[in-house]
Amino acid sequence: MIRETYLNALTLGLFVLIPAWALFADEPFTITLMTRAAIFAIAAIGLNIALGIGGLVSLGHAVFFGIGGYAMGILAYHAQTYTALAEWPVLIDGTKSMPIIWLVAVLVSSLAALVIGALSLRTAGVYFIMITLAFGQMFFFFTISWAEYGGEDGLSIYVRNGFPGLNTLAPIQFYGLCFVILCLVLLFTWRLSKSPFGLALNAARQAPVRVETVGLDPTRLKLVAFVISGAITGLAGALFADLNRFVSPTMFSWQTSGEIMIFLILGGVGRLYGPVVGALAFVALEHWLGGLSDYWHIYLGILLLLIVLFGRGGLIGLASGKEAVHD
Amino acid sequence: MTDPVLQTRDICKSFGALRASRNISLDLKVGEIHAIIGPNGAGKTTLIGQICGTLKPDSGAVYLRGEDVTGLATRERAQLGLGRTFQISSLAMEDTVLQNAVLGALGATANPWRFWGDVLKDKDLRTRAEEALHRVGLQDHALTRTAELSHGQRRQLEVAVALTKQPRAFVMDEPMAGMGSEGSKRLTGFLDELRAEAPILLVEHDMDAVFALADRISVLVYGEVIATGTVEEIRADAAVREAYLGEDA
Repeated sequence: MIRETYLNALTLGLFVLIPAWALFADEPFTITLMTRAAIFAIAAIGLNIALGIGGLVSLGHAVFFGIGGYAMGILAYHAQTYTALAEWPVLIDGTKSMPIIWLVAVLVSSLAALVIGALSLRTAGVYFIMITLAFGQMFFFFTISWAEYGGEDGLSIYVRNGFPGLNTLAPIQFYGLCFVILCLVLLFTWRLSKSPFGLALNAARQAPVRVETVGLDPTRLKLVAFVISGAITGLAGALFADLNRFVSPTMFSWQTSGEIMIFLILGGVGRLYGPVVGALAFVALEHWLGGLSDYWHIYLGILLLLIVLFGRGGLIGLASGKEAVHD
Repeated sequence: MTDPVLQTRDICKSFGALRASRNISLDLKVGEIHAIIGPNGAGKTTLIGQICGTLKPDSGAVYLRGEDVTGLATRERAQLGLGRTFQISSLAMEDTVLQNAVLGALGATANPWRFWGDVLKDKDLRTRAEEALHRVGLQDHALTRTAELSHGQRRQLEVAVALTKQPRAFVMDEPMAGMGSEGSKRLTGFLDELRAEAPILLVEHDMDAVFALADRISVLVYGEVIATGTVEEIRADAAVREAYLGEDA
């Protein structure tokens, strides 16, 4: 059994060592895989705040992932076609600048999370799952019919967007950017989980009546958690679109919501590094099992089943011998 | 100051054909312990729910420190100084004892919107929480997970969480339940002192504790208060003996 802290350090170490090795061995594809893992990890960290700490089982986080993706897609599309995004009431042009795209992605997905959260939090349990799923489907079908931005075919962006001082087309540089964001998001989530808000949110999941009795509003706590959660997943969506230089309605599909949840369950719900371990494991399985068989999802399914049945703390729980604990 | 801290006026509440509260008028005065006793199903929990805001009365009103709080939510009543302990512990079981107490202190500040600093290193919150734990005798268990506490200790923690808010009035739903006689005695002694800080509306099955502590007792039967008086008066009351004490004792 390995101490959880060592396991976390080891995970972060892999995120440094594997790309470093790939750089020297000239294996750009491995770097792309690691970039994918880092971005998935960010998306799942977002979900972990809502689900792991707040207990909100959202099957609609693809909405925020997709919004982030389309924020990038739409802004970059207007920039590459030299058309204005809006001419009235003010002229808005597209942009190829990552920081601006991220800001837009975060703002729009927060706003969406605020609206969806405010409506969904009137329900709980299975109804909450269903209503978040329904919102996801709404966005999915809307983008399919949104002909202006490619409809079902999505949008291709020919050149990756820029970040001041970096050549984002070099895989290792774009990876570095994603890894730094991953670290910052991890740091933020760690502080959040220890903060007054984290304590109250954690209690709101376990005993909402208690939170109310001490004089706080559990629903408002959960709503704020949902907004933060959506913002982080939205940021991941913008990065994912830039990784592929392509966005399509698939980002909004319920499979995407399911996959984000799988990262979390695989690694360990409610654990700081759960989403990171889960995303890395998922990308590794996708790569190796996917090479063995087109039907690799069946093996993934079996693994998930085993983890849910025997290791409720996810892979981290199995390796460290600790059941699900919320620190 | 002679105004009651907590008062209900003609509270009525029905669930279908069941009239769980019938014109209940009670008050809680400064410095007293007012016990509510009654057989199972008499409507004690329903009454507490209406006082604390989890249930809304069909008619009648609840006053807290002279203010009509009938339309206020639980958390708003808590902010006005109502401290409650539960019959069935509703604590954050995965959290430590200290974390639960700190949550109570955080509730008193009404500001959970801080996302960065370590809440357990907040001096003010921590001091309040540790004081409360010390007062109920849980100081040695501060870092124990709540799920690992005994039933009696959970009751103590319930009281400690309520204490962190320094409330103006306590509503305690069977704080002695599940305690051994030792713990029960200890808590009796503690509540005895506590009444000087804030009056206590006490629902309790443990008759020894009730008779030892209460300044006044109200007897609730079938949703109705059939008698209110001092311990001696209640012991002597024929209707009470018939309806309640006679069956039990």
